[in-house]
Amino acid sequence: MSHLNMDSVARATPRHLSRRIRGLSDRAIAWVFVAPTIFLLLAVNIFPLIWTIRLSFTNYAANRPNAEVQWIGLRNYERILSDPDTWATMQATAHFLFWTIVFQVMIGFALAWLINQKFRGNDLWTTIIVLPMMLSPAVVGNFWTLLYQPQLGLFNSIVGFFSGADPTSFSMIGDVHLAPWSIVIVDTWMWTPFVMLICLAGLRSIPDSIYEAAECDRASRWRQFWTITVPMVLPFLMLAVLFRGIENFKMFDLVVQLTGGGPGNITTLTSIELKREAFEKWRTGYSSAYAVILFVTVFGLASIYVKALNRVKDR
Amino acid sequence: MRGFLHGLVRLRRGPWEMVASVLIATGVFMLMQPFALWAYSWSFLVTLTGTVMFIVVSHFPE
Repeated sequence: MSHLNMDSVARATPRHLSRRIRGLSDRAIAWVFVAPTIFLLLAVNIFPLIWTIRLSFTNYAANRPNAEVQWIGLRNYERILSDPDTWATMQATAHFLFWTIVFQVMIGFALAWLINQKFRGNDLWTTIIVLPMMLSPAVVGNFWTLLYQPQLGLFNSIVGFFSGADPTSFSMIGDVHLAPWSIVIVDTWMWTPFVMLICLAGLRSIPDSIYEAAECDRASRWRQFWTITVPMVLPFLMLAVLFRGIENFKMFDLVVQLTGGGPGNITTLTSIELKREAFEKWRTGYSSAYAVILFVTVFGLASIYVKALNRVKDR
Repeated sequence: MRGFLHGLVRLRRGPWEMVASVLIATGVFMLMQPFALWAYSWSFLVTLTGTVMFIVVSHFPE
C-alpha cells in the first residue's frame, strides 16, 4: 500500500522538480525537510523572545503604537526589582508553587501506590480519580467558588462538620490568611491525578522479579519500598515535579477565576500581575522586562533540574 | 575539595556546573524570599549570571 503511494507521489512530482531533487546530496535533502521546522521555531519562539528582550529596554506601550519609543536602559528592571508589590507577587507565587508541589507529590504518590495494588474495580477508581484533570480550569474555578461559599458551600459545611466551627464564620476566598491556601487546595485537587498517573507508570515499570528476589533475600516490605520502589519511581516523580513546577509558575486561569488575585493582592501570582501590566495598564516595556525576569528564573531552574534528573536516571 | 578546586582551575564541566547551579538556586531563593528587599533587588543579577554561566560551562570538557 505504502509502495503504491510512494509510486503515485513520485509520478505526480513535476519532472523539473524531481530532476532538481535528484541532484541534491543526502545532507541537502535533510536540510530541505528540516528547514520549515527551523523557520517556524525561529518565527514563533526565538524572534518573539529577542523582540521582548529589546522591548524591555524601552518605554514602549502597545496601545500607543505611534508614540515615540525611548530607549530607557535598565530602568524597567530597576523599577521591578525595587517594587515591594512585585516582590509580594513573587512571594505569593513561591507559596503557591511550593505547597502545590509538596501536596501533589505526596498525595499523587500515595494514590498511585494504592491504585497499583491489585484489587477489584481499580480501573474504575483510576477513571474517577483522573476526572478533575479533564475539566477546564475555568469550570473548576467557577464551581470551587460555589463550594467555598460560606452560606451554602459544601467545603465550609464539611470543615464545619469535622471541626465544630460555624461554616459561615470563615470565608476561604475572602480571608487574607485562607485565600492563599484556597488556591493551593483547588490546584492540588485538580492536578494530583496527573502526578498519580506518572507515578503509576513508574510503579508499573518495575519488574515483579526484583520484588521476588528481594523476598527471597527476606527484605521487609519497608526495605523493599525504600530500596526498590522509591529509587525506581524517582525519575518519573522528578519529571512530574518539573512539569507541575513549570505549569504552576505560569498559573493564571484557575486563580483568576477563583479569587481574581484577591483579597487585596494576596493571591496575585506573577502571571496575573504580568497580564495586568501588559494588557490593563499597557506598560509593554515594563511587562517585557518582567517577562524576561520570569523567563530567566524558569530557564535557570529548569536547567539545573534537568541536570539532576539525568543524574538520577543514569544511576 | 582539592579535586573540586583542581577541576575549576582546569575548566572542567562538573565543578563549574556546580558553581552555576548554586548561583541559580541562590538567585531564585533571593527572588522569592520574604525577608530582605535588597536580596530581592539583586536576585535577577545572580540568577542571570548563574544561567549564562551554566550555558557556557556545559560546553566545557568532562
